[in-house]
Amino acid sequence: MESTRSGLPGLTSARQAGLIACRRCGQVHAAGAVRCKRCHGPIRSRDTESLQKVWAWLIAGIIAFIPANIYPMLLTATLLSRSEQTIIGGVVELFHYGNYGIATIVFVASIVIPVGKFIAIGYLAITVQRGRTRHVHQHHKLYDVVEFIGRWSMIDVFVVAILSALVQLNTVATINPGIAALSFALSVVFTMLSALAFDPRLIWDNEGPADA
Amino acid sequence: MSLPPLDDLIACPHCDTLHIELDLPHGGQACCVRCGAVLMTERPRALAQMVSFAVAAVILMIAAISFPFLDIDAQGFHNETSVLSAVMAFNQGRGIPLAIAVALFIIVLPLTRLLALIYAIGPLVVGHRPRRGARVAFALTEQLRPWAMAEIFMVGVSVALVKITGIATVTIGPAFWAFITLVIITIFNDRIMSRYTVWKALDLAYRA
Ligand SMILES: [Zn+2]
Ligand SMILES: [Zn+2]
Repeated sequence: MESTRSGLPGLTSARQAGLIACRRCGQVHAAGAVRCKRCHGPIRSRDTESLQKVWAWLIAGIIAFIPANIYPMLLTATLLSRSEQTIIGGVVELFHYGNYGIATIVFVASIVIPVGKFIAIGYLAITVQRGRTRHVHQHHKLYDVVEFIGRWSMIDVFVVAILSALVQLNTVATINPGIAALSFALSVVFTMLSALAFDPRLIWDNEGPADA
Repeated sequence: MSLPPLDDLIACPHCDTLHIELDLPHGGQACCVRCGAVLMTERPRALAQMVSFAVAAVILMIAAISFPFLDIDAQGFHNETSVLSAVMAFNQGRGIPLAIAVALFIIVLPLTRLLALIYAIGPLVVGHRPRRGARVAFALTEQLRPWAMAEIFMVGVSVALVKITGIATVTIGPAFWAFITLVIITIFNDRIMSRYTVWKALDLAYRA
């Protein structure tokens, strides 16, 4: 595949040129524009409240993540027993029965990705506030990964949805969702909103002097 | 330094770097010189492909909702589940917000995305003028992308099937295959979707 590259000399950003770009469609506007003429969305040179929103949603996501891990995700009732299963409990059980692949998927989606995301977003927000850095490329890569991967945490919520719809077998076995299902779903949504609120152009504004 | 006309410029959505728009060869791709984000791809029949895939996906979605999804048997008891009943599983008391969320993620938002895409670029493909609000509809398609989670739902279903093998026998219904096909088509369609191609096509169509 052929690749064509064209940049303005000296890599001018729209902001440095006194212009405002739309992040949704790439259209460039003269200073003072507030609404994109192409996609009609709101535009700003930089989203100045970006970091406040990022922190607010991030903290909400972390708070919702706590009950999601303490309370049961699944309530199972069979003829002989009743049991409650937390997120970690579910992973342990899958592992116990030898389903290593599936256990790993659930563990990564429900624990590794959310926790990794909290750390990554917090780290990016702090580095943006700190100012100049030489690591803009790595930070941008991190932002890309976080934005792409976050929604996959929702797997366990869908597992609970399918199990509770399917396993309604009268006295033999019934499965119902626990409180953790809702708090976990909320945690994922809040963290996604946090990542979406992040304006990646703030990362690049901090690019240090070339070859410093 | 004097700048070219603003409409000939394109700004990278990730790093704000300005680029001059060029005509690309077929199959060509333009990337941001600074951060490497893909700015434009040139595919001759991308619009027609996107619309036909979207139409196919809508039909599959309707099939996936209406046919049985999974059947379960255990000790003489039987239960048939559709995608809708998976959504409704949460519908008592505290479960309602969760039921709404699951319905949004796996049915409402994916369907809205598909219909908005068809509305935005369908008329262009058959040579008509774009409808009113075509730009807003396409912007909506783009913004809903992270929130439409059909493919994640299917991974969840596979995990659920593994968890259940011990207690019951599960039979896969026709809706299951419809949903799998839907997921594959959606992933493929999102890969070929080139948003600048669509914005440019809409610009041209409105000007005509
Ligand atoms: Zn725009
Ligand atoms: Zn860029």
